[in-house]
Amino acid sequence: MKKVDFLLQMRKFVEIYEVALRIRRVEEAIASRYQQGKMRCPVHLSVGQEVPAAVFGVLKSTNDLVVSSHRSHAHYLAAGGSLRRMIAEIYGKESGCSGGRGGSMHLFDKSVGFMGSSAIVGNSIPVGTGLALSQKLLKSDAVTFIFFGEGATEEGVFYESLNFAAVHKLPVIFFCENNKYSVYTGIEDRQPNSREIFKVSNALGVDSFKASDSGIFRLQDTLNSAILKARSGDGPCLIEVETYRFLEHCGPNDDDDLGYRRFGELNYHRENDPLKLLYHQLIEADSKFHNHNANLEVTIKEEIEDAFDFAEQSAFPTLSDILNGQGL
Amino acid sequence: MVKTLAEEIRDTLAEEMRNDSSIIVIGLGVNDPKGVFGTTLGLAQEFGKHRVIEAPTSENAVLGVCVGLAMAGHKVVNVHQRLDFFLLAMDQLVNSAAKWNFMFGNQSPIPITVRLIMGRGWGQGPTHSQNLHLFFSHIPGLRVYMPALASDVRPLLQESIAFQGPSIFLEDRWLHNQQLGEYSISETSKNSKDLHRVIRSGSEVTIISSGFLLIESMRAANALEEHDISVQVIDLRVLKPLDYEFLLKKTKETKHIFVVDAGPSFGNYGKEIAYTLNLVHQHKVEPVKVISERDAHEPTSHGVIADFKVNARSIAGQIFEVVRPSDLCPNFDTLSSEIPDVPDESFRGPF
Repeated sequence: MKKVDFLLQMRKFVEIYEVALRIRRVEEAIASRYQQGKMRCPVHLSVGQEVPAAVFGVLKSTNDLVVSSHRSHAHYLAAGGSLRRMIAEIYGKESGCSGGRGGSMHLFDKSVGFMGSSAIVGNSIPVGTGLALSQKLLKSDAVTFIFFGEGATEEGVFYESLNFAAVHKLPVIFFCENNKYSVYTGIEDRQPNSREIFKVSNALGVDSFKASDSGIFRLQDTLNSAILKARSGDGPCLIEVETYRFLEHCGPNDDDDLGYRRFGELNYHRENDPLKLLYHQLIEADSKFHNHNANLEVTIKEEIEDAFDFAEQSAFPTLSDILNGQGL
Repeated sequence: MVKTLAEEIRDTLAEEMRNDSSIIVIGLGVNDPKGVFGTTLGLAQEFGKHRVIEAPTSENAVLGVCVGLAMAGHKVVNVHQRLDFFLLAMDQLVNSAAKWNFMFGNQSPIPITVRLIMGRGWGQGPTHSQNLHLFFSHIPGLRVYMPALASDVRPLLQESIAFQGPSIFLEDRWLHNQQLGEYSISETSKNSKDLHRVIRSGSEVTIISSGFLLIESMRAANALEEHDISVQVIDLRVLKPLDYEFLLKKTKETKHIFVVDAGPSFGNYGKEIAYTLNLVHQHKVEPVKVISERDAHEPTSHGVIADFKVNARSIAGQIFEVVRPSDLCPNFDTLSSEIPDVPDESFRGPF
């Protein structure tokens, strides 16, 4: 690689790292404060799964659209969604990104193209497909990112949506984060062992690729090619990313004691934390990155404090606020 | 120690599975370490994974599979941690489970019990707290159960499993672990074969309710009694079929009748009861009134939930205003918890 290319690549990786670190620290802040009892809704944290979202965030163009699932903090933040309004939403405040109506599982920030996340498995996949149909009809060069877990590939609507997107050559990136568990049920109890999700979607007529969140070069490169393809009118792509959830399915705690994960599996993934791997790669490339990282931690910490202050100080919606929006 | 509703479900499932090897339990999480809030814990260990089957996240297909199993002679219990996720299975529920037996000349019984858990509080919000019992009751061919008391679980679940058609077994998450010993019922009443049950006697007002709001209705009834309003409470337990004769007989002596229902107000289940009772009771009593949730989606925000939801306080207040229109309505605030989004103070969510 030429030196200038290398530097450009490193610059990109620094950006990815910045987005991922910010997500990690936000999720950790939610986890550590959850027991205060002010965030009174289910939270599905993305700790361990930040890097794929960060890669997306860095490659997303301003006009691109996004939908996601119950575990969507990372996608919302990576897309550029307001941190203040996300925390306020989890607090149930009127200033929240969904006005306190939706909570952690139902985020929305139209200003950055984040068109909604939903708790119902597979619920947002066809909606994202419809957003992409509009992009095609309007001859826009924007694309739609649809985030879902591997569990959603077990829903009929996943296949129906892929088929629709393929037949209409829609500008969609189906972004499957495979963290191997649907709540506490491992993928081996839900899907045949030898079959790969990306091969199934490939057979449905959607160009499909597999990457891992610990292989940052390949992950970035794969997603980049998929986006270029979708953007140029060549139809949808699916990218399956192997990733791993560090905390419990829903809530702020470690849950290794439950015993549903393989012995040593969580430790292995914590030791090979993709965020740490990326950090070490960046340090190796440039020892001054250490200072940059220290400054970054300070900035993020301040931003998080500010967001929690904003949420604390915001008002709850009133009953009439809640009812007014629901008239027929 | 009296068993909780969750323990009754688990123990009844185990007992039935011991007695009948054709019974299969299937659903996402039925064999996970938490065992669907404890309601399926230990079943896979005792009966094997071939009878306690983990399911993919494929609600519609899984219910269709249940229909196939049932047609082939199994009795099936399909489990969902939230009712809201089961909405993906509406095609197989309405177009297969509910009508295949009828459609093929009653030659193919389909004994399926679908256990659906309904969330409340702790920000369960628009996609984790829906009460759609009306929706299920609306479909011909489905039985609908909605027990409030742990002691009702065994007979109702046994009946549901044995029933030759599909049934919906609705469980309020907040009732799973509550100790509601104070609402225990007499032995005579316990052994009664009636679908519904008078759980509290009273002479002036009747409240008809079910599920979590039955408990809130009992609390409201106790508070109203302190203001010299004597309240009878009927626990429906079974929402479909309805035994109108029972309801008519039990309500003809009280001047006022209220149905307290957890569904949205439009086309409400309580209105179905009110309509029929009003036709028959004409002039004998005041028209039946319905207290229900609003025709609105539930917000996640806990800041507004106390005023949004029906609870013991709002039930007592609304009934008092109808029954004693010229009296100043007492303050029933102590009936609602200071933290209205949790069943008890130890609850720290998220589930």
